[in-house]
Amino acid sequence: MRPSSDLIRLALPFVALGALLGGVFWLQPRAMSYTGLNLLFNLAVPIALATLAQMFIIAVNDLDLSMGAFVGFAACVTATFLNETPWLGGLILLASVAVYAALGVVIHLRRLPAIVVTLGMSFVWLGLAVMILPAPGGAAPGWLRTLMTVRPPGIPMALAASLLIALAAHLVVARSALGVVIRGVGGNERSVARAGWSVLHARAAAYALAGLFGVLSGMALVGLTTSADANIALRYTLLSIAGVILGGGEFVGGRVSAVGAVAGALTLALAGSFLSFLRLSPDWQIGAQGAILILVLALRLGLDAIEQRRARA
Amino acid sequence: MTVLRKPWAWAWIATIVVYAITIAATAGASAAGLAQAAFTFAAFGVIVGLGQMFVITLGPGNVDLSIPATMTLAGTLSLKLMNGADAMVLPGLTLALAIGTGVGLLNYGLIKVLRIPPIIATLALSFIVQSAAIWTNRGLRIKPPESLAAFSTGTLLGIPNLAIIAGLLTVVAWVLLERSIWGRRVTAIGQSLPAARRAGVAVDGVRLSAYVLCAMLAGLCGFLLACFSGGAALNMGAEYLLISIAVVVIGGSSVAGGNSNVPGIWGAALFLFLVVSMLNTYGFGAGPRMILTGIIIIAVILAASLRGRGTEGG
Amino acid sequence: MIPHMRDMSPLLSVSDARLRFGEVTALDGVSLALHPGECLGLVGHNGAGKSTLVNVLNGSLSPHAGRVIADGHAGRWDVTTARALGLRCVFQELSLCPNLTVAENARILHRGHFGPRWRAEARRLAREALDAVFPGHGIDVQAQVASLALAQRQMVEIALAFAEAGRPARLVILDEPTSSLDAGVAGQLLAHIRRFVAGGGTVVLISHILSEVLATATRIVVMKDGRVVADRPADSFTQAGLVAAMGSTARERRRPGRNGLSGPVTPLVVQEMARGLPVRVAAGEVVGLSGLAGHGQTEMLRALHDRLAPGWIAGRRPKVAYVAGDRRHDGILPLWSIRRNLTISALASLARRGLVDERAEAAIAEHWRARIGIRSPDLGLPILSLSGGNQQKVLFARALLAEAPLVLMDDPLRGVDVGTKQEIYDIIRAEAAAGRAFVWYSTEIEEMELCDRVYVFREGAAVAELTGDRISEAAILAASFAGPDTEAAA
Repeated sequence: MRPSSDLIRLALPFVALGALLGGVFWLQPRAMSYTGLNLLFNLAVPIALATLAQMFIIAVNDLDLSMGAFVGFAACVTATFLNETPWLGGLILLASVAVYAALGVVIHLRRLPAIVVTLGMSFVWLGLAVMILPAPGGAAPGWLRTLMTVRPPGIPMALAASLLIALAAHLVVARSALGVVIRGVGGNERSVARAGWSVLHARAAAYALAGLFGVLSGMALVGLTTSADANIALRYTLLSIAGVILGGGEFVGGRVSAVGAVAGALTLALAGSFLSFLRLSPDWQIGAQGAILILVLALRLGLDAIEQRRARA
Repeated sequence: MTVLRKPWAWAWIATIVVYAITIAATAGASAAGLAQAAFTFAAFGVIVGLGQMFVITLGPGNVDLSIPATMTLAGTLSLKLMNGADAMVLPGLTLALAIGTGVGLLNYGLIKVLRIPPIIATLALSFIVQSAAIWTNRGLRIKPPESLAAFSTGTLLGIPNLAIIAGLLTVVAWVLLERSIWGRRVTAIGQSLPAARRAGVAVDGVRLSAYVLCAMLAGLCGFLLACFSGGAALNMGAEYLLISIAVVVIGGSSVAGGNSNVPGIWGAALFLFLVVSMLNTYGFGAGPRMILTGIIIIAVILAASLRGRGTEGG
Repeated sequence: MIPHMRDMSPLLSVSDARLRFGEVTALDGVSLALHPGECLGLVGHNGAGKSTLVNVLNGSLSPHAGRVIADGHAGRWDVTTARALGLRCVFQELSLCPNLTVAENARILHRGHFGPRWRAEARRLAREALDAVFPGHGIDVQAQVASLALAQRQMVEIALAFAEAGRPARLVILDEPTSSLDAGVAGQLLAHIRRFVAGGGTVVLISHILSEVLATATRIVVMKDGRVVADRPADSFTQAGLVAAMGSTARERRRPGRNGLSGPVTPLVVQEMARGLPVRVAAGEVVGLSGLAGHGQTEMLRALHDRLAPGWIAGRRPKVAYVAGDRRHDGILPLWSIRRNLTISALASLARRGLVDERAEAAIAEHWRARIGIRSPDLGLPILSLSGGNQQKVLFARALLAEAPLVLMDDPLRGVDVGTKQEIYDIIRAEAAAGRAFVWYSTEIEEMELCDRVYVFREGAAVAELTGDRISEAAILAASFAGPDTEAAA
């Protein structure tokens, strides 16, 4: 049996990640070590979490332009309230997840364009973050710091955590009934509604999950950097969208993959390190991320074209 | 009261109210100065906002995320080319516009060739353009030519030169949108791409030109901003991504496309600046200012949806 | 009356159902009873009221007059109560989520049936359902629906409709279920329908393949113009008898076809297609496209328009104009005035130095308003202020105003009142006489009799070409429905 197009699609992000990793190892064999890998994937965990958060929104055919600001907000709360008065910090983060769910409800009921609503929310999250932390500062709670810098035997923390996160998100998205309904809303909202499901609940749940993963991303970021800043994660908005698409996700139609999204995020995180090994200026780090995105999309188009030609034959 | 029915009226009313409140706090002392500052800073938002407006008019999913990167690259490279020489002003401007044209062509090329949504195409390209800007900008401390620096901060009859340029562009954009056949075609595509196609509109050509126009205006804005602030900074375009979309939305243009207006862009750009000044005057920090901006954007889109609901039944 | 009354009470019945959409009467007093253990074949040409009746039966539409009685109770009848009764529907448009696997779609469709280990249960349900209807189907229930071939998707949809999930299926409505299945698989489905019916189930089968209906249905209902015109046991029909029942009784042709074009003419344009006859159009000719709706006519028109209309730079003189049938999707520009909707196709000729000459625009709009009779006090009013028929006139005028030598019409007169239709027929004849060519897809057979030449479409290809006096309702009907003896007639 020849591999299906789904399989090729799913494999593409891993091929890109593998190729990039192979390139790094070839240029710098010393990177092929525990410490080397730890360095390469240093900031991969928060990026992966933010990408998964964005994935839940894209699964229901929406887009979140506030992801970066929200992660920054969660980071600021983590570095201040959660550190000083944990119960209050926890409450604030929980409330922010509830705000996300409420956004889903409003967007669904009023049929608002998610792009504009989240654009507005990005100002709100950024403003709140600036009020909490007017200047860079704060401190990571000790337990979080320990968690993020733990050195498990054999496999670097960043990779182990990414694997665990990917697995957890995969269980929610691909294995749970909720995940099926959320993707079903992205694929064919009408027929999901016709079968008696509440599309409103599904969308609210998708947004709540996005909020949850956004909060986790902010916490992980603070655990790694030990302090926070309102602008710390602004780039995550665009990175998270790119990560979902790199990971085999489609903008519309509910086609998303949690494992792919994490692979996409790792690829983006690696793109920067790859350049420095090539002795190319780190200035091109962002550019390399864009180029990889375009390359993968072009490859995907080519594969689809071949698939179609084969189907017609 | 026909003026009140216009979609852009609310942005202007809000602008006037905020202006009055701000002036009240200082007992009228800074009225002229505040107006001048508002018009100067609003000019940048207007220039990019006009371009973004044409793209958004093309319909759902059309938005240019590469504006900040284009601004930075155009500002950086044109300053480098001019190298402070007054004689090089025209080539510098030409380069900024050429960079915009190139980015616009590439944006639509990606949309068309890779068959991807415009958001993804402009996002991916913006990464590359941003990198090019960072690369060329490193260690750069080039000042703009004297004459340009003086021009960009100067005034004519009390009106900031930048506001005059933005004003002229606004008139051109208004004619394009409201009077030209190109504007008709853009608006038709935004209402329904298949319907415009079947009515004989050459949709690819029109969409391409809108993306090119948007990127050219971003290039021009980057050029002017670099001259105004005495040099090109790497993050100089960053805030204009959100501003360019926000002025279109607050100005009363429809995010769903097909229904845009030019005067609202000015109202919204002035409003965004004046809200900041008002809150400053009353001692609020950056945080509340941003929160208020966000709430206003959401309120505007919510109000638009309620209004739409009212007329839908007919 | 049904000649052989059954002892059992009906599972579902409608009595004297009437339904109007604006000007159009979709159901004009239909009574129908569905009994356990029967397969009802439902046949009729476009606009006969089949789909409307199906939508009344499944609870999506409620009739303006008449009653729906389910299981002997005349209570609320909507989609939810229909599902509770055990009614399942398979439509031509796919109702699966293409991004989910077959098993996941089973999960979505049968809400509330599954326990915590639903994945294994859903896989088993989907596999058993497929095995029951299509033994040896070879479909992987863990494959994404989007990766399946069209026929396989249709098989999944059908199998899931028959599946026993919690409550059994009691009434299954199948709308053209075999349209993309090959003969072998279609045979499996028909065999399953017979088994299902023998076990006490009820099926409503709609198909353009009459031999299928004759061989599978126990009773056949023929509809025409929103009424039931025949309702008899299937074995009392023949294929020719069915075609005759769908047609009207000896109606005079309203207009003679034009002469002089029957001989060989140099075509203005030829659209080759993957299968079947190429469609040829000569200047001054009105070419009709007929056949059942959804058999490739619209696709052919779109392909022709895509080929002739420029995508990058619009020339001053367009080569082709298009009148949309689905006016909400590809016709009207909803935010604009009537005038702007009219002139969008002719902007290039109204421009002076790139700007719209608004005086010339107003003049040409006014000219066409008078010529085509758009009933509105002011062309500056929004297009949505017009009635559907008048909106359709605007779209028609828009196409003529472009002054293109070729006009493509995608069933533009659906739901338009008779008076308007007459006016538009006259304009078409006049414009054709002046040398313009028309390609006219219509779901109404009478309109084909106004054409010089007609291509009948079936399954994505033009299968018959009729000219002059050979254009008749009988010939079109015969070519529209597939079967061994109609094949010979076409």
